[in-house]
Amino acid sequence: MTIALALAALLAVLAVAFVARPFLREPEPVSDRLDELSDLERRRLELSEERDRALAALKELEFDNRTGKVSDEDYRELVGPLRRRAAETLRALEPRAGARHERISTTR
Amino acid sequence: MAALGRAALLLSFGLVLYALVAGTLAAWQRRRRLALSAQNALIAAFGSTVVAALVLWSALARSDFSFTYVAEHTSRALPLGYRLAALWSGQEGSLLLWLLILTGYSALAVWLNRRTRDLVVWVVPVLAGVASFFVFMLCFISSPFRTAAAPGDGAGMVPSLQNPYMLAHPPLLYLGYVGLSIPFAFAMGALLSRRTDERWIVVTRRWTLAAWTFLGVGQLLGSHWAYVEIGWGGYYAWDPVENAALMPWLAATAFLHSVMIQEKRGMLKVWNMVLVALAFCLSIFGTFLTRSGVINSIHSFSQSPLGGWFLGFIVVCVIFSVGLIYLRLPLLRTKTKLESLVSREATFLYNNLLLVALCLTILWGVVYPLLTQAVTGETRSVSKPYYNFFLHSFGLPLLLLMGIGPLVAWRRASLRALGKTFVVPAVAAVVTGSVLIALGYGSSTPGLLAYTFGAFVAASIVLEFVRGTRARRALSGGSWPAALAELVGRNRRRYGGYLVHASILMLAIGIAGSSAYQTVRERGLHPGQSMNVAGYVLTYQRLEQRQESNAVATRAVVDVSRGGSHVTTLHPGKNWYPVEQMPSNEVSIYHDPRNIGDLFTIADQIDAKSHTLFLKVLVKPLVNLIWAAGFLFVFGALVAMWPDAVEQRRLAERYAPGAAAA
Repeated sequence: MTIALALAALLAVLAVAFVARPFLREPEPVSDRLDELSDLERRRLELSEERDRALAALKELEFDNRTGKVSDEDYRELVGPLRRRAAETLRALEPRAGARHERISTTR
Repeated sequence: MAALGRAALLLSFGLVLYALVAGTLAAWQRRRRLALSAQNALIAAFGSTVVAALVLWSALARSDFSFTYVAEHTSRALPLGYRLAALWSGQEGSLLLWLLILTGYSALAVWLNRRTRDLVVWVVPVLAGVASFFVFMLCFISSPFRTAAAPGDGAGMVPSLQNPYMLAHPPLLYLGYVGLSIPFAFAMGALLSRRTDERWIVVTRRWTLAAWTFLGVGQLLGSHWAYVEIGWGGYYAWDPVENAALMPWLAATAFLHSVMIQEKRGMLKVWNMVLVALAFCLSIFGTFLTRSGVINSIHSFSQSPLGGWFLGFIVVCVIFSVGLIYLRLPLLRTKTKLESLVSREATFLYNNLLLVALCLTILWGVVYPLLTQAVTGETRSVSKPYYNFFLHSFGLPLLLLMGIGPLVAWRRASLRALGKTFVVPAVAAVVTGSVLIALGYGSSTPGLLAYTFGAFVAASIVLEFVRGTRARRALSGGSWPAALAELVGRNRRRYGGYLVHASILMLAIGIAGSSAYQTVRERGLHPGQSMNVAGYVLTYQRLEQRQESNAVATRAVVDVSRGGSHVTTLHPGKNWYPVEQMPSNEVSIYHDPRNIGDLFTIADQIDAKSHTLFLKVLVKPLVNLIWAAGFLFVFGALVAMWPDAVEQRRLAERYAPGAAAA
């Protein structure tokens, strides 16, 4: 019984220390604010998903055409809007690349 | 040591409560260190639950009958493996297993996704909320650490549980049931944090697939266990507790398909949330059915005080999920619409509707007797014809859709393209159906349709691999095997999925063959007498008796011949378990490689005085395809789950911290 209680107490101490660890490691942090996506970041993420979706769809359409699942006529009809969508999202994401380039240039 | 077990559980309770409260506060007030502390509490809860489980396992291994649980579920004669497996043979122990797996999964999921803080910060309180319920039950309602004066020996284990399947079937089912908590928690976390992008889907994709695979394999093992152990000649009885595992599996199957539409087309966001919540709530409902004692079944435990608590928890989960989805509806609206009713996404939608319809009709079959009893006090049951009707009505079209889906292109498919891709599978189906009718297999319409649709599906899957490999070879050159490997490697989810489809096809053919075309005969035999069943001649020779470690075994010696030549000798019989004071049926089976089926013998009654044997014989063609399907199912699931380096890189780039903000 005594050993069991000692083990239980040890377990509790270890658990409490582990739970308190973030506070023990950073007693006075510079910022305790949790990161959050801004509206701009959310929009960027949405666009990245849209871009990936459009590119994957193009790849899939290409492959389906090769395997005969999509006829040449259907392919020609479907590929245009998909390419446009992919291009639009890529363009919409472009300023990011530009901004990064600018920032890199100024820090050098 | 019971005190250590109790203390460890109380500590787990404190930790998950802290994770729930501190986690909610941290997410609400955006406090980083408090969020990390809540995560650590959830991880620590796993550690303390491991200690509690080890204490109980140790008591079971040592046959420490001062633990009431050990005394009620084991005996000294029980082999060590079964004593350890007794952790999940009783109510309290299986709740502890639930908690152990849940905290283990939670710790792993939180640790793996610790960098996705804005999402995980809300996942922690959701998981902690679920864990709080289970640990509360274990601490205050149904403790496995109750103690009493130790009896000389324990009550033993129910004979039908003393089977090697006992070691694997329940833990696998639990890994599946509990695994569905992770996608649920991430889905709810995504709604709470207003992150309705695809992040939660990407994170939980493998979790869902793994839980679904465990649940599927667990059920299949359970079916095989029933087949070889229970001794009634079947493998699925539409028992409410069997249905309880099937329902979340069906909901998760629907989710695995519909989530692809969200990934490919950005559609069905609300529907996916509903399916995730449905699968989780059904997994809790399944646990309620087995733990509450409301159902009389071989699986369920006796009447217990858990029923009301579980029912309350299910109501809370349903209200929470539905309320949250409703509140976040504006965030879940999508601009994309279904372009055509003849497209891949449309077939996925039909598949979803059929799966959910099948799931809900099974749910009604389970709930109806409970409601009737609660309202009128009458005992009613929903029998096999009800379930078979809906299995045929929804299952056969589902089987056909499994073949149609891969042949149809995304977005929209023209009749010209469809005609081209459908011709081979359609011809295969028509030829198969015609041949079967000519051979006299038209006696069962569902059986005939299952085989005919099966031929369509098989041809469609083979075509997908052949056309894909040919196209890949045309692109990259190389040998056929290399092109096939590249094809699968480049799209593991799709081709892994086709392998899973092939396994479901094998399962369907096995079920159709062994149920629609089985032969059953029964008669009393004296030594030396024979009976003929579907070409086999079974001759009863004599009775034999032997003492086993935990039972007295009586076996009939039955010689089997076909066409005048000896095939095998079978030994159906019964066991008597003296500790448990219970008998069990011990069936004897001959696996016939000619028809991939079984000659299944049951010693229904044995009169030891007159040596009379009442022998029941079942010939079940193709039944072994069901069990073989399990291997392909696991292999296909592993292929689909295997990480894809290219995709990992793409996703890492998409979700890298600051990538979107750069």
